[in-house]
Amino acid sequence: MTVDTVDRRPNRLQPPLIFGTAILTLMLITALLPQFVAPYDPTRFDYHATLAPPSLAHLFGTDMYGRDILSRILWATRIDLQIAVFSTVGPVIVGTLIGTLVGYYGGFADIVLNRLVDVVVTFPFLVLVIGIIAILGPGLTNLYIAIGLVDWVFFARLARAEILVQRRLDYAHAARGLGYGPARIIFRHLLPNAIGPIITYWMTDMALAILLGSSLGYLGLGAQPPLAEWGALIADGKNFMATAWWITVFPGIAIVVAGFGFSLAGDGVADLLRRRE
Amino acid sequence: MGYWRFVLRRLLQSAPTFALITVLIFLLVRLLPGDPASAMLGDRATDEAVARINASLGTDLPIASQFLRFLGRLLSGDLGQSQALHVPVTELIGERMPVTLLLAAYAMVLATLISIPLAFLMALYRDRPLDIALRGAFQLGLSMPTFYLGLLFLTVLGAHLRIFPVGGLGRGPVGILYHLFLPALTLALGLAAVITRSLRAAILEVLQADYIDFARAKGLSERVVLGRHVLRNALISTVTLFGINLGQLIGGAVITETVFSLPGVGRLLIDAIFGRDYPVIEGLTMCFAVLVSIIFIVTDLFQAWLDPRVYR
Repeated sequence: MTVDTVDRRPNRLQPPLIFGTAILTLMLITALLPQFVAPYDPTRFDYHATLAPPSLAHLFGTDMYGRDILSRILWATRIDLQIAVFSTVGPVIVGTLIGTLVGYYGGFADIVLNRLVDVVVTFPFLVLVIGIIAILGPGLTNLYIAIGLVDWVFFARLARAEILVQRRLDYAHAARGLGYGPARIIFRHLLPNAIGPIITYWMTDMALAILLGSSLGYLGLGAQPPLAEWGALIADGKNFMATAWWITVFPGIAIVVAGFGFSLAGDGVADLLRRRE
Repeated sequence: MGYWRFVLRRLLQSAPTFALITVLIFLLVRLLPGDPASAMLGDRATDEAVARINASLGTDLPIASQFLRFLGRLLSGDLGQSQALHVPVTELIGERMPVTLLLAAYAMVLATLISIPLAFLMALYRDRPLDIALRGAFQLGLSMPTFYLGLLFLTVLGAHLRIFPVGGLGRGPVGILYHLFLPALTLALGLAAVITRSLRAAILEVLQADYIDFARAKGLSERVVLGRHVLRNALISTVTLFGINLGQLIGGAVITETVFSLPGVGRLLIDAIFGRDYPVIEGLTMCFAVLVSIIFIVTDLFQAWLDPRVYR
């Protein structure tokens, strides 16, 4: 959107933020308490109802072992939300710290970081993560490690850029003039002012992590059976697409809704921060 | 500074990047836990078998001499032998790469064909129902994983409606384009979502420039104004985005090839991972990185050619 006029909307919560937060809250409740939300045990085989189409008993149908798809999707929320949080929380903290310090002090570390950023953006993100998992072996923990090893660079780049802007502003000069130490200037003054875009990017990044995690789950490199994960659920059904489409279609919708929730919330937060300034 | 001096400088700038890529890939395979030999042979391998594999891979040498060997081979264009297929890695990549490149290029053409008209429509009907609906659709599309979209296309348009083939490469130029249409479209839609959004914003910005008012005042037809003045200037900022996303497109190709069972390098990579074929993994990662670096360089050069202010 172009900035052509002053935003005169009243300073209240906007629909994207409300919808996004609502989706994320529902996801969080499902992830914390799947046993109360899911109608069936997600791992229970029922050989009397294999590949059953959606019905009142099984709203989203059943898979080749008669497991209830809806229950599996709801239980998988826990894993996919974990992927969103666990694979990004390390990079956010480490990346922001490194980026902040490099942005504030500059020098040789700045050159090294910039070169590293150049190289990391050079790789297709997916190929790099797949490459690391190739060596560590498939699995969720290795997925977190692989994403973490790459992802912090993006936060470092963002934090560095923000700090470079903030440290030239008047209030930063004032803080230095008052004789504050670097730690106080960085963590009490610069970082709180630079954190907005980082949090916004974090929301987007969690959506990306779910997309990436489910893609790897689909390829068999992420969550391993019998864990229910949206991408792995889709892979379960790929050979039944022509006869039992429900195994594949519904978990995919879950991914889209989750991604949509994160990006709406991200847009909402960005909007909120922009108007506060 | 002239254009050619800019080209030279840009090429020199990329030298350290290439060096760092090489070092990182070398270290990636060797420093992460788990060594190739035991990974290939499993837990119950005898010590002699592990030693034999390590000797054939050269992983028993000190790390510095391993690196020299690695560099030497790399410079002579040798990426080693596939452990699973017993053919040179370069030969494997050479066979599979054209499919992936064709798929990526096809997807880019489709993405361009989709995004330029849509971006114009959205910019000209800004904030009207059409624009809002398309924006919503793209937002939703960005949350759609490539493999899921591909599977949906494959099932609905391939298996059920039988409009498109469900696999294989086809024969002759028309056959290949027909067989690759669904995979390319799958890849293109994600790219189109990103590009359309940025192009729409760029068009809106250019439309407010004085030279557009001037072009209209000269009495140029709206078609000439939009086609010659607005599009060209709006595209400049989008070219970089194209370059960056082309890298991700190649990543997406890995997944698309798996979904559509296409014999490209993406499938090769996945097969190599499950087969623990380290020389292939190493060679392919290297290839991807070099390819994307070249795309970045070309993008920068193209952008500078479109807009000389970049280097002046």
